Amino acid sequence: MAALLEVEDLHVTLETSRGPADAVRGVSFALERGETLGIVGESGCGKSMTALGLIGLLPERARTRGAVRLDGRDLLTMSEGELCGIRGNRIAMIFQEPMTSLNPVHPVGRQIAEPLMLHRGLNRAAAREEALRLLDRVGIPNPAARIDAYPHQMSGGQRQRVMIAIALSCNPDILLADEPTTALDVTIQGQILDLIRDLVDERGMSLILISHALGVIAENTRRMLVMYGGRVVESGPVGEVFGRMAHPYTRGLFAAIPRLGDGRARDRARPLATITGTVPELADMPPGCAFAPRCDLAVDACRLAQPPLLSIGHDHVAACIRTDHTVGVPA
Amino acid sequence: MSDWLARAVRHRSFMIGGILTFVLLALAFVSLFWTPNNPYRLNIRMRLKPPSLDYLLGTDAFGRDVVSQLMVGAQNSIVVGVIAVAIGLSLGVSLGLIGAARRGWLEELIMRFSDFTLAFPAVLSAILLTAIFGPGSLNSIVAIGIYNIPVFARLSRAAGNSIWARDFVTASRACGKGAFRITIEHVLPNIVPIIVVQATIQFAIAILAEAALSYLGLGTQPPTPSWGRMLNEAQTHVFTTPSLAIYPGLAIAFSVLGLNLLGDGLRDLIDPKLARQR
Amino acid sequence: MLSVRDLTRHFTLPREGLTAPPRHVYALNGVSFDLAAGRSLGIVGESGCGKSTLARIVMALDKPTAGRVELLGEDIAGLDARQLRARRRHFQMVFQDPYGSLDPRQQVGRIVGEPLDVLEPTSKAERRQRIAEALASVGLRPTDADKYPHEFSGGQRQRIAIARALITRPSLIVADEPVSALDVSVQAQVLNLLQELQDRFGVAYLFISHDLAVVEYVCDEVAVMYLGRIVEQGPTGRVLSRPYHPYTQALLDAVPRAAADARPRKVLQGNVGSQIKVATGCPFADRCPRVEGRCHDSVPPLRVVEEGHLAACHLA
Repeated sequence: MAALLEVEDLHVTLETSRGPADAVRGVSFALERGETLGIVGESGCGKSMTALGLIGLLPERARTRGAVRLDGRDLLTMSEGELCGIRGNRIAMIFQEPMTSLNPVHPVGRQIAEPLMLHRGLNRAAAREEALRLLDRVGIPNPAARIDAYPHQMSGGQRQRVMIAIALSCNPDILLADEPTTALDVTIQGQILDLIRDLVDERGMSLILISHALGVIAENTRRMLVMYGGRVVESGPVGEVFGRMAHPYTRGLFAAIPRLGDGRARDRARPLATITGTVPELADMPPGCAFAPRCDLAVDACRLAQPPLLSIGHDHVAACIRTDHTVGVPA
Repeated sequence: MSDWLARAVRHRSFMIGGILTFVLLALAFVSLFWTPNNPYRLNIRMRLKPPSLDYLLGTDAFGRDVVSQLMVGAQNSIVVGVIAVAIGLSLGVSLGLIGAARRGWLEELIMRFSDFTLAFPAVLSAILLTAIFGPGSLNSIVAIGIYNIPVFARLSRAAGNSIWARDFVTASRACGKGAFRITIEHVLPNIVPIIVVQATIQFAIAILAEAALSYLGLGTQPPTPSWGRMLNEAQTHVFTTPSLAIYPGLAIAFSVLGLNLLGDGLRDLIDPKLARQR
Repeated sequence: MLSVRDLTRHFTLPREGLTAPPRHVYALNGVSFDLAAGRSLGIVGESGCGKSTLARIVMALDKPTAGRVELLGEDIAGLDARQLRARRRHFQMVFQDPYGSLDPRQQVGRIVGEPLDVLEPTSKAERRQRIAEALASVGLRPTDADKYPHEFSGGQRQRIAIARALITRPSLIVADEPVSALDVSVQAQVLNLLQELQDRFGVAYLFISHDLAVVEYVCDEVAVMYLGRIVEQGPTGRVLSRPYHPYTQALLDAVPRAAADARPRKVLQGNVGSQIKVATGCPFADRCPRVEGRCHDSVPPLRVVEEGHLAACHLA
């Protein structure tokens, strides 16, 4: 059976003041029903643009190339009208900042009820009833009292719960969460991630979770993609990737995070491992491997041509020709 | 900088506005040295003539050349606009910056003063002033200038407040800099773009207000040519020679349009974020 | 070197009506700690715990309602503007957002040299020399002084901000979430830089962060704050490996771990309580998994639970 969502060689080109910039440069992956996929990377790696490209919500002057097939139908060739039927209905989104994603002048109950009336054809009373049930499910205490509250009367965590309720309202097949907890406090972040994980299990939804934090991806998804410079540099099952990190960028990213209680604290002789330099600008991406200028292992071949995705283990691939120096070698 | 120019050339409303404004300025400038005919010379025999080679747009009821009057009228509009905007800009921006720097009762006072002044449109306060001091272009300039003060005061206070909230101002305070130095070194340079944009728009409004006052006979006095008074004088002949009303009308419309487009374009070019917020 | 005693800061909210009594935000409710020269103290807590208010008061950008902030033996909260200005060269600040903390219309040299303008007016040549030194110490080139902030990446901008804080050779740098806006790979560079600068110049850090791992890496001591109070304090290694306060435990447990054997976490329920109410009992009682009757009755004092390790919990 074909996968629920197939992304094939997706390219996104943005129109910037400095000319066209390739934000996403050939991303391919497949998502099975009920699967959870994490996309991890730093700012400008193209992870958010990939997500927006999937659902046709890119900035006005962006162009896409490739194919995004949902149950075999290509979303990229659909009209805006057809896409509207997909967005919110079959693919639902949660964004980073719940304050800006909610309309400040409408009570939250109405914002949950709206897609219910639109996509599921419920009448006003039934939609309100359903909204109450959803608010209760996402863990808003005393939903009957909160349904007429405005977004500004809620805390950041509660607003994100409301966003999740809206996303759930039409029983989507895929939940697309772009940094859903980055703006929240640590303890609230845990609550929201737990809620998302429970809901995904409970409803058999697929999840695409986008984050800059390796930890968030590790704990909440089963498969992961690591993106750098608009490309997937490594992908595979989470355990496999963390167990046998192959791409120097993945390894560098992992080594650069200070970890609690690893005995490194205050040991000045052993500073944190760093990746030298900075993320390249989209407009002047180097030819060949985008990570080569920052990579200790880079050889001439890395700078000449984009390395292909090579198999590292079961379902585990990395776009690096120097993996014989990385896999199994301690950092 | 070249990037800025490239964007400017591609920006349609900026280019159209720029060209219209340039034409306005050029006409006024040329008229300082040369006009096709003497705009002040009355010639009863030549009254209400249709366009000809000597009188490109014809003559008015007193036989004066319309083209020459329009050109000299442009001077008048520009002078009124520049001075009125300068009055509003200097006093308004100062008040606004003081308001932003000294939150509290002083800010309240300045803002309530602004509200009070804004309650009287330029034309109304000009009528008030002329009622007291008599008609004349000086009074109309002062009236329009006073009307501009609160506009700039509110704008620069709001923009200044947002700059005061930024971390680089806090950093500057942590260096022990006082409110005055922070205002001059950080706040003012950062709000200049917004003020420039507003100034072009206020310039357009000043031209419009001057035309309105002159039309009512409260602004520029004869014989100095003025677009507003040309409209007024054309009134009596509007059914026989409608073109006399159309030419100054178009001149006003194109100048105001040009300045507004220029302001919009500048806003987009200086700060794309600002344009999106609108 | 820095000694904070019983620091309290209440903000008055606008009245809701003419007859309504004014309400207060209790941002800080009696915070005390000491920081020795050349050491680092981490302040950890979630939004609304008062850590940013604390930073502003220590930087003398805000006045405390009550309490003392002694820097090098002097209460800076009691100084007038002129006296304060003379002391400001001893403490500087680094902000969270490297985009908002640098004036976009000034060149880097002018930004970095700004503290010198007021605090140590010098000749042009010496000023240029000092700016070049400060830039070099954070790993930037002297020629970068002529560029504008937008020509730099986030990590480099944060280096510029650190250079500005260093130029007066301060004894204390208050760093308010200095790496949380940066990418992971760049964050490590900046953290290493902060360590290196401390070793070289002996500057003390008051390091405010929500990220326990970052605090563990940078700080000798840590203070955990909740609703305007320090609930646990002590040497970083000990507090984070053997926390006494349930809130510290919850914070530690909430950190997602990047590892192959990721396991589900115990998650703290509820939201951070309101800063508007005055707590009669333990401020954490509403969310505490181990709450008892006495927790609602009296505020637990911050007391020694082990040598150098304090916790404010009845159960500790």
